[in-house]
Amino acid sequence: MTVQEKPLPVRTVPARTRSRGFAFTPTVVVYLALAVLLVVGSVLVALRGGVLLDQAGLLNIFTRATALGLVAIGQTIVILAGSLDLSVAYLVGLTSLVAAETMAGQAGMIVPGVLLALAVAAVVGLVNGLVITVLRANAFIATLGVALVLRGYLEHNYTGPAGEVPRTFQHLGYDRVGPVPVAALLMLGIAAMCWWLLTRSRPGYHLYAVGGDLEVARLSGVRTRRTIVTAHVLCSVAAGLAGIYLASRLGSGAPYVGTDAGFDLESIAAVVLGGTLLAGGRGGVVGTIGGVFILATLDTVFDDLAVDPFFKDVVRGVVLVTAVALYARRTVRRQS
Amino acid sequence: MRTTITLAGISKSFLGVPVLRGVDLELRGGEVHALMGENGAGKSTLLKVLAGVHRPDAGSIEIDGVEHSFAGPADAQRAGIAIIHQEFTLLPHRSVAENVYLGREPVRRLRVDRRRMVEETARLLDWLGEDGVDPTAPVSALPVAQRQVVEIVKALSTDARVLAMDEPTAALADHEVELLYDLVRRLRQRGIAILYVSHRMREVFDLSDRITVLKDGAFVTCAPTAELTSADLVRHMVGRELGTLYPERADPAGLGAVRLALRGAGNARVREVDLEVRAGEIVGVAGLQGSGRSALARAVFGVEPFTSGTLELDGVATRITSPRGAVRQGVAFVTEDRKGEGLALRQSVRDNALLVRRSALPPRRGRAAVDLAALLESVNVVARDEHQEVRFLSGGNQQKVVLAKWLAVDPAVLVADEPTRGIDVGAKKAVHHLLRELADRGVAVLMISSELPELIGMSDRILVMHDGRLAGELPAGASETAVMALATGHGVGEVA
Repeated sequence: MTVQEKPLPVRTVPARTRSRGFAFTPTVVVYLALAVLLVVGSVLVALRGGVLLDQAGLLNIFTRATALGLVAIGQTIVILAGSLDLSVAYLVGLTSLVAAETMAGQAGMIVPGVLLALAVAAVVGLVNGLVITVLRANAFIATLGVALVLRGYLEHNYTGPAGEVPRTFQHLGYDRVGPVPVAALLMLGIAAMCWWLLTRSRPGYHLYAVGGDLEVARLSGVRTRRTIVTAHVLCSVAAGLAGIYLASRLGSGAPYVGTDAGFDLESIAAVVLGGTLLAGGRGGVVGTIGGVFILATLDTVFDDLAVDPFFKDVVRGVVLVTAVALYARRTVRRQS
Repeated sequence: MRTTITLAGISKSFLGVPVLRGVDLELRGGEVHALMGENGAGKSTLLKVLAGVHRPDAGSIEIDGVEHSFAGPADAQRAGIAIIHQEFTLLPHRSVAENVYLGREPVRRLRVDRRRMVEETARLLDWLGEDGVDPTAPVSALPVAQRQVVEIVKALSTDARVLAMDEPTAALADHEVELLYDLVRRLRQRGIAILYVSHRMREVFDLSDRITVLKDGAFVTCAPTAELTSADLVRHMVGRELGTLYPERADPAGLGAVRLALRGAGNARVREVDLEVRAGEIVGVAGLQGSGRSALARAVFGVEPFTSGTLELDGVATRITSPRGAVRQGVAFVTEDRKGEGLALRQSVRDNALLVRRSALPPRRGRAAVDLAALLESVNVVARDEHQEVRFLSGGNQQKVVLAKWLAVDPAVLVADEPTRGIDVGAKKAVHHLLRELADRGVAVLMISSELPELIGMSDRILVMHDGRLAGELPAGASETAVMALATGHGVGEVA
């Protein structure tokens, strides 16, 4: 029996080397929006006789972006995997305390303090991941539960700041290169690592697959549970880094430093603003960093303009909803 | 040496309900082995056991005499078994190459070797003669037929020795099925063992070398295709003679008044459509995928409304601009995408059957009590009770719930788009008879099907679409050649 290797009938298909030129992807949109915001903000601040992007202004924006950026990077990872983490805000407070109390003002304890804080964070992430994958709890509920456990622990044991970081460790929070804090550069470095991890490494590919369609990933031989647990550990470690950074800025650990800043919902807002689908499977860290800087810039502009804090929230809400509506319009398509 | 895979005595239960009872199956390299049986016979479960998705409760899997036990899909993959599932297992946002290598991305110096992924994918695509597919394009940009190609490439990229295909043509149009045949034959020639699960008799006889039949989770028979007739097969699958698949056609003299008429109707996808459907008549619409047949159905139902021409219901010109408007004017629509658009899968049989009645009819009519038991009885739904979630029903029973949903509102016009897609022979027959009963009760039925024997067997008249227009009309019982000639853009006269 011979089957001829005849070419199949010609069909109308795009050529293999179709150029995929410039497109208004969410990532592009978010950076365009950031640029527009910087221009408009500068003009508004200038009208009031100030300068937005002077040394102090840039420092302000970068400082605001650092802690939120770290938390949002982690949040991006779990959201891409189709999950969510509502426990990050309390975890930031907890890790700041673990770091500051372990250091107790001694320079020699810096490394153990950092490592212990990260270990605690990793354990919390592991618990989140296992509750979601093994107990099959919905991520929203699972991490909300873990958040409540953390809150109970913090409320029972702490009434205010505790522990003390040594002076040398405060360099992490306050040193800068020109107008850019060293910590912000470290945050961007971590973002770059995560970008590489997500877009170039195998675990990253699997993360997108799990978030895109859990069953498809499973049927393709992806270890879906491991992927989700890993995502949660990474997310929590990122939140732990934010806690360590804040301990260094504050000089001590503070139980509510994460919740006062609203890092749980704020980080999700930054991720969504950055164009990542809340349902998972699409988006990335680059967009998230754009989202973080938009939020940080908005705050700085409002501070410079001395705007009513309630109005500030209204504007942030409108920006968020507009962004999501804009992305939704782009992704709606019907197959026939 | 050619591979041999032997499954012996495979049993599997879910929650105490046996789905497979001691099934035997033997596959040889270089053969196409058809696996047949009604829905619920256990075909998909057997496939998933082979794929390592389910662990069998009893029985063994041997490949070339070596016993294997799969802890998961990855194990089965390593043993050279690849599955093409009924539903597409592709991630729409990821590229073709990323989908093909999902779970097995080649790694070089810690990073995914994207270049190799793209090159290897391109090589496999070329090998299949599908060099029109761009490995870097996102899957969402490909037409359905090419997604099937990607599925096959994905399966082959594991160096599969066994390729199991679950209803591979379910999502394909007729001309795409030919391309698939061609692919399957080439795979066979390269020594791959192909397990082919399909409801479509003709495909099985066209392609397969041997046939294994399952019924109620048990092995019935395995025989060379050449020694079986389609009547034998049906008897093995159903356990009895099925009788004729298609009901009697309508008596042309007994047809009623025109219920649905289109005059020069068009929108972005269809143009200048003129048609009439009478009470008691089933009018078939044929056409290749993309010819506008589904678009026509969706336009009548107001999903993508007509923007020009007129639409008349019972002789009165009207406008249908939304599905809600269509329902309120007595138009019903059985969608081709049962799971996506036809049913709320996680809701009960009851909620689905009453969905249209409750939501779209005016309150007074919608709230009037309806005899649900009689309604479900009339379509013969087999479910545990009316509170069972429809996702647990077989495809055939799901489709009957869809029909019940429309019967509950007593439509004047029924538009049915692929009403028997993906359901077994027995259920097909039931749907056919239901449609005819409806017509006999005075409903005007417009039926779309890409299965030509079905379309010809059912229709009192056949309209053929090509390129968004009606290319012609054929009488009842027209030949497949005549339909295809019109569908591919030739005139009837050109085919002798």
